[in-house]
Amino acid sequence: MSEIPVPDHAMEEAVADVAEGASVATPAARRRITLVDVAGPTLIFAVSLGCWYWLSYFGMSENRRFLVPPLHEVVQEGFLDWTNFSIMLNALWLTTQVAFWGLGIAIVLGMTLAILMSQARWVERSAWPYAVALQSFPILALVPLIGIVFDYNFNARVLVCIIIAIFPIINNTLFGIQSVESGHHDLLTLHNASRWTRLWKLQLPAASPAIFAGFRISAGLSVVGAIVGDFFFRKGDKGIGILIDQYASRTTTLPRLYAATILAGALGYVVFSGFGFLTKAVTGKWHESSDIPG
Amino acid sequence: MLCVSFLCMESVRSERVLADMDGSALEFNRVSMVFPDGTEALQDVSFSVEPGEFVTIVGPSGCGKSTLLRIASGLLDPSSGSVEVDQERIGYVFQDATLMPWRTVQGNVELIPELHGYKKTERQALTKAVIDLVGLNGFEKHYPKSLSGGMKMRVSLARTLTLRPPVFLFDEPFGALDEINRERLNEETQELFKNEGFAGLFITHSIPEAVFMSTRVLVMSARPGQLVAEFDVPFKFPRKPGLRFDPQFAELSGKVSKALRGAYT
Repeated sequence: MSEIPVPDHAMEEAVADVAEGASVATPAARRRITLVDVAGPTLIFAVSLGCWYWLSYFGMSENRRFLVPPLHEVVQEGFLDWTNFSIMLNALWLTTQVAFWGLGIAIVLGMTLAILMSQARWVERSAWPYAVALQSFPILALVPLIGIVFDYNFNARVLVCIIIAIFPIINNTLFGIQSVESGHHDLLTLHNASRWTRLWKLQLPAASPAIFAGFRISAGLSVVGAIVGDFFFRKGDKGIGILIDQYASRTTTLPRLYAATILAGALGYVVFSGFGFLTKAVTGKWHESSDIPG
Repeated sequence: MLCVSFLCMESVRSERVLADMDGSALEFNRVSMVFPDGTEALQDVSFSVEPGEFVTIVGPSGCGKSTLLRIASGLLDPSSGSVEVDQERIGYVFQDATLMPWRTVQGNVELIPELHGYKKTERQALTKAVIDLVGLNGFEKHYPKSLSGGMKMRVSLARTLTLRPPVFLFDEPFGALDEINRERLNEETQELFKNEGFAGLFITHSIPEAVFMSTRVLVMSARPGQLVAEFDVPFKFPRKPGLRFDPQFAELSGKVSKALRGAYT
């Protein structure tokens, strides 16, 4: 093979390109945190807190004021009292486990189903109506039935989570796989790629941004599913949903109700943003629109 | 007007035969293509590309030029006629760069040896050589999203070069580039052709591009595509950018242009 001198204009052009696109191009170049990023959310937090205190001390009529205990009471009774707090943490841990099992199984099942659907038209045609039916089924109507059949145990709650979380995974995986550019398919066809190679080297990587978007949606839903499941199941260990239900039934435990609600919200937030970070870690380097705020 | 180099009258059904080593690199024998919806894309197209030739087909948009390449590569079967080419060893440069955005430049260039089961060390050696060839050194770790259109096309060229296919098919690859980038890539492609010695079949609707790179230009008519004119391009390789301003270049371009205008009716 003979050697060709590198066309130097190619190099110049490329260097110019890189310099120009440096802010998006290099992985090291992160967006800098500005004053607005800190001050904005802090301001909104302060205003919300103000509203809360205003409601606690002035906003509500006097005989209903106990319904909105001020934040420091909530913190004191809910978070600083270790007995109360440890009960809540245990319940939260159980709910977290339910949510993670549910999500994990939903991911494995949903992706497998979507991959099968993408490989054979008849599988897609046969299974898709049921996936849609599952998605549109009012889950609350189904919960008592699941409870009876599965004896209100851990598995029953996981099942509720799976049902609620599986659709975005199936939908996004299938959509992602089906949106692969035809040019890429041609390229693999020219080189006699097997079905497995095509799936592994083209379809799944191409679909990964869509798949991860599905994960994020389903992660939030699985936490919802776990807490909804808690409301209905009164056997076995207590999840945070049951605690919330119990705290709501007595006036003396109202501050704890607030604390437990905040914890449940925090769980949802952490799980959702955890998947946001995971998405960034996997597709952030190459995918155009992966600037998801953590 | 058109040189029909090989006629096999008895074979009308579609078939592909491995090209014998001392024959043409690529040969179309009376190829016609009618799509299931009734669109007649190609009508009785016969021509051949010999080793050491760079043949460009110019024609109006939608005249079936891309269909021709898809048939040549085996992505599509013709309705009748046959194509003789070693399909296992075709390089196909697509209209878009078709890079995989999740792979780096290095990863994209490695793809084809990877699909053919080469080991990692072999792949790296093959990749290194072609990355040098297209001037992508230093960009191995970049992702496609940080590259310009011209650089993406160079990656696409490098990817196609890895296994040194003896036949290259180009499906209007520089159509989306600005003029200067297009000219540079024409110069680089012409240089690759000269040094690598592959046989090239290039599709475009730019006359200067066709005349600058080719040893022969074929003109195709509007749908259904038929070859209507043929021009030999006598300029010596390597061709310098200044060739575009040579009176002979202008004269030949004029002739091609005239034939192409005729092809629109």
